Amino acid sequence: MAYVRPVSKTTWYLKDRNYTIHMINELTSVFIGLYALLLLWGIGAVASGDKAYYQFFLECLTSPGMLVLLWVTTIVIFYHAIAWFKVTPKAMPIQKGEAFVPGGVIAGAHYVIWVLFSLVVLYFAGVF
Amino acid sequence: MAKVNKALFWSLFAAGGTLTAFVFPVLALITLIAAHGSPPDGIPEIMKFEQMQGLLANWFGKLAAFGTVSLALWHAAHRLRVGLHGLGLRADGLVAVVGYGIALVGTILAAYWLVQI
Amino acid sequence: MSAVQLELEILRYDPEKDQEPHFQTYQVACQEEWMVLDAINHVKDEVDTTLSYRWSCHMAVCGSCGMMIDGQPKLACKVSVKDYANKKVRIEPLANFPIERDLVVVQDDFMEKLKRVKPYIIRKEEQPIEAGEYKQSPAELKKFKQFTLCINCLCCYAACPEYALTPEFMGPAALALAHRYNTDSRDQGLAERHKELSKPEGVWDCSFTDTCSIACPKHVDPASALQQLKIATTVQWYKELIGMGDK
Repeated sequence: MAYVRPVSKTTWYLKDRNYTIHMINELTSVFIGLYALLLLWGIGAVASGDKAYYQFFLECLTSPGMLVLLWVTTIVIFYHAIAWFKVTPKAMPIQKGEAFVPGGVIAGAHYVIWVLFSLVVLYFAGVF
Repeated sequence: MAKVNKALFWSLFAAGGTLTAFVFPVLALITLIAAHGSPPDGIPEIMKFEQMQGLLANWFGKLAAFGTVSLALWHAAHRLRVGLHGLGLRADGLVAVVGYGIALVGTILAAYWLVQI
Repeated sequence: MSAVQLELEILRYDPEKDQEPHFQTYQVACQEEWMVLDAINHVKDEVDTTLSYRWSCHMAVCGSCGMMIDGQPKLACKVSVKDYANKKVRIEPLANFPIERDLVVVQDDFMEKLKRVKPYIIRKEEQPIEAGEYKQSPAELKKFKQFTLCINCLCCYAACPEYALTPEFMGPAALALAHRYNTDSRDQGLAERHKELSKPEGVWDCSFTDTCSIACPKHVDPASALQQLKIATTVQWYKELIGMGDK
């Protein structure tokens, strides 16, 4: 009889560094989801008018607990962006003539667009 | 719902992942600055009500906000489903219904509120 | 010629005697230019003739000496003993497959999956011999060339955590080959393969850990093939949804 080795269904991702990184990447979704809910909350607050927006949304963000959560969320969101751009060339390779465009060029183009877009948004938001 | 249409959920996940990678960092940064930058009167300098209302009053703003929030929710719901399965949670059907359910309700709420602005 | 001392801990399993596998240790004085396969051959030839394992070409072409070396799936003929000099090295059969005997695994599951992706050119209508060959430009060939380099060593299956968790999953090598034929300009079988690929155990069990590509000794990059296949499968699904399914 052939022998089947047991596989842990709950701790496998700790066995290999690459598995662990993968699991961390998957769990960034928790913070992506939380921030999406925050945006939804903000939209609802804007729809409810001036007073509600400040009282039930913007001022809530300034509490110490919320600030900590926002910091963590922001860091995870940046990590998600970098991890996502890193693997995009694998999912969408571009062939020019015979050769493939190097993955670094595709990822680099993403970074350029990302930075320019972010600067434009920061400008219009009045940050600078 | 949990078993079928994997292509549908995956496409929403992939689109949401790409969109959030481009858009979420700067939005989160602005939120963070707004949350920190409270002067003594308690009202931050950026993300003022008039600014937000102006942004969401036109159809382009509405559409952008709707797409971002909705796709981000679907992205998170799908990826969290896969992640929880990986962590050993075998109630995949339940996780799918709850996760996608939240994304669906969020999508409807976003549309409802945005139309009102 | 200086020697490299290796302590090999080889997983042994005799289906006729053993309830479960156990490690057996061999001290091997290796020559510096040896690969791990040479050290195992030395054990087989000089120390313990009962050891079973597969190998053939000793040049990373035949794909038969895939095994877990220090926990990672590798071709034993492609890893230098110097990488493990003066260390204990665990040698185990490829992970995620049943053990037939010692380092030999049962490959039936992969063989059956390979068939299901129809890894050959499918034409809706064969063109007659007189019409000549199916022509292909160098750019069209380059599009899938990399995915033809697979030697079926199964290192990618041993590296894939999703295959470990869900044995029904079609897995990296079979799916990379499906993509290789889907992207061949001479092939018209995308819609036919779609029936298998669009099942949950088709492309959708892949969660893109990228570990198959890290393990692949031939740089096939099955993870890349799989992501492209997910996009193609999604496009095909939407096409069928609006009644334009046939390629």
